[in-house]
Amino acid sequence: MAVSSGQAGLRNIEARVGLGATQRRDLWWVQPLAVFVGLAAFGIYATLRAFQGNFYQWGPYLSPFYSPLIDPEHHWWPLSPAVLVLGGPLGFRTTCYYYRKAYYRAFFLDPAACAVGEARHKYSGETKFPLILQNIHRYFFYLSFVFLVSLWRDAVRGFMWNGHFGAGVGSFVLLIDAALLTTYTFSCHSCRHMVGGNLDCFSCAKFGGTRLSLWKRVTSLNEHHMLIAWTSLFFVAFTDVYVMLVAMGKIQDLRLF
Amino acid sequence: MAEVVMAVHRGDASGGKPVEYTVPLAPGMVVLDALHYIQGHLSPDLAVRWNCKAGRCGSCSAEVNGKPRLTCKTRMDSLPSDKPITVLPLKAFPVIKDLVTDVKWNYEVNRKIPAFSPRPGTDWKMYQEDVERPQEFRKCIECFLCQDVCHVLRDHGKHAEYAGPRFFVRVAGLEMHPLDGLSRIKGMRNQMGIGLCNITKCCTEVCPEEIHITDNAIIALKERVVDQFYDPLVWIARKITGSDGR
Repeated sequence: MAVSSGQAGLRNIEARVGLGATQRRDLWWVQPLAVFVGLAAFGIYATLRAFQGNFYQWGPYLSPFYSPLIDPEHHWWPLSPAVLVLGGPLGFRTTCYYYRKAYYRAFFLDPAACAVGEARHKYSGETKFPLILQNIHRYFFYLSFVFLVSLWRDAVRGFMWNGHFGAGVGSFVLLIDAALLTTYTFSCHSCRHMVGGNLDCFSCAKFGGTRLSLWKRVTSLNEHHMLIAWTSLFFVAFTDVYVMLVAMGKIQDLRLF
Repeated sequence: MAEVVMAVHRGDASGGKPVEYTVPLAPGMVVLDALHYIQGHLSPDLAVRWNCKAGRCGSCSAEVNGKPRLTCKTRMDSLPSDKPITVLPLKAFPVIKDLVTDVKWNYEVNRKIPAFSPRPGTDWKMYQEDVERPQEFRKCIECFLCQDVCHVLRDHGKHAEYAGPRFFVRVAGLEMHPLDGLSRIKGMRNQMGIGLCNITKCCTEVCPEEIHITDNAIIALKERVVDQFYDPLVWIARKITGSDGR
């Protein structure tokens, strides 16, 4: 059998150092690129819509970017009402364990993919400011309840037409949006920890059986956290687009009953 | 008979280079079989660490076509044969010879972890619902693929201040043990450097035992660190109730 050494083009162990250095032959760059495009597109769209301050309401529908709606008449807040409320959902998503993985890979290339080299830099992980603030994720989780209450109120209002029960396509869009955001919130790792993950012994704890049951339910949701995160993110944008197009008169909301 | 070219790292701590060997393919062959063929027929001094050849001992870890894997569980027919198949030693640890790396640092870290310490007056009875979480972590075979792929060790070389996913798994198993009475959370934050982990999940991707390292061990521990160091509400609630929250 043939034996040869060090053929040109073959990379040795020293060649595993440096940004993008890898011997992987699969399309490892596709996932971080797709995440980069997806998150950047959402970020740009959400920023533009938040500062637009217009076309966020039509009939009983309110865009989720503007919920809860505060000072729409600009009595004391001169900017778009969305700017007042976007910090909550933005903080919740930014500190979310899934999104952290996603943007550390796609935006910071730290690392871009597994066993793919990084640029040399002083690495401190999540131990120093500002990334140490990732530890306040659970506070954004608590805050998210305010937004969920508001979104469900908007979803119910979406079925109220001049005081009468009715539904258009937008009513169901708002309803699905609220349901997806609720699922995203309750599939969160911090939620999983607080309902039971912080216990060492379910059988010894007060309400241990109930907490075990809750922990198992949240765990089954948490296993799909990435999928739920993307689905809910896409649907928030879709809901806003729908309300905007209806408010602009570009499309007509189909009244179902 | 079909053949494939293997490009295997040859060298030691002072340096090395890949050497190509042409190996005949056989049905069901794994990368470790190919390395054994090279040892048996072409280069008897090739250094390869292995033991069980059944995915249980965790000895034969290497980087096959750039991915950290067990060579005994990587089938040759799962790899493209149009180019030489590269087999390199683990990057996170110093090379001793060829594919054998010095992994003693891992055992030094392991010794620093406070062992299982039963609660005072322990009733030695456990229920399945309480041990299911630690049982998952007991599947670890210490192949150190997770340590190798973790960029904190691999690219940033933080061996002095970071324990790595393998040992977060071990600590998680102890912390979630229903009969254990010690808390290792302060050590997790201050000595074992869990804050350096930025949860990019590579450890989970390479684990041959399919342990959910990130979701079930690391994030669970990070949340416990938050309980103890970053959450004033939990701290106040524990002061009021006198509970340690466990």
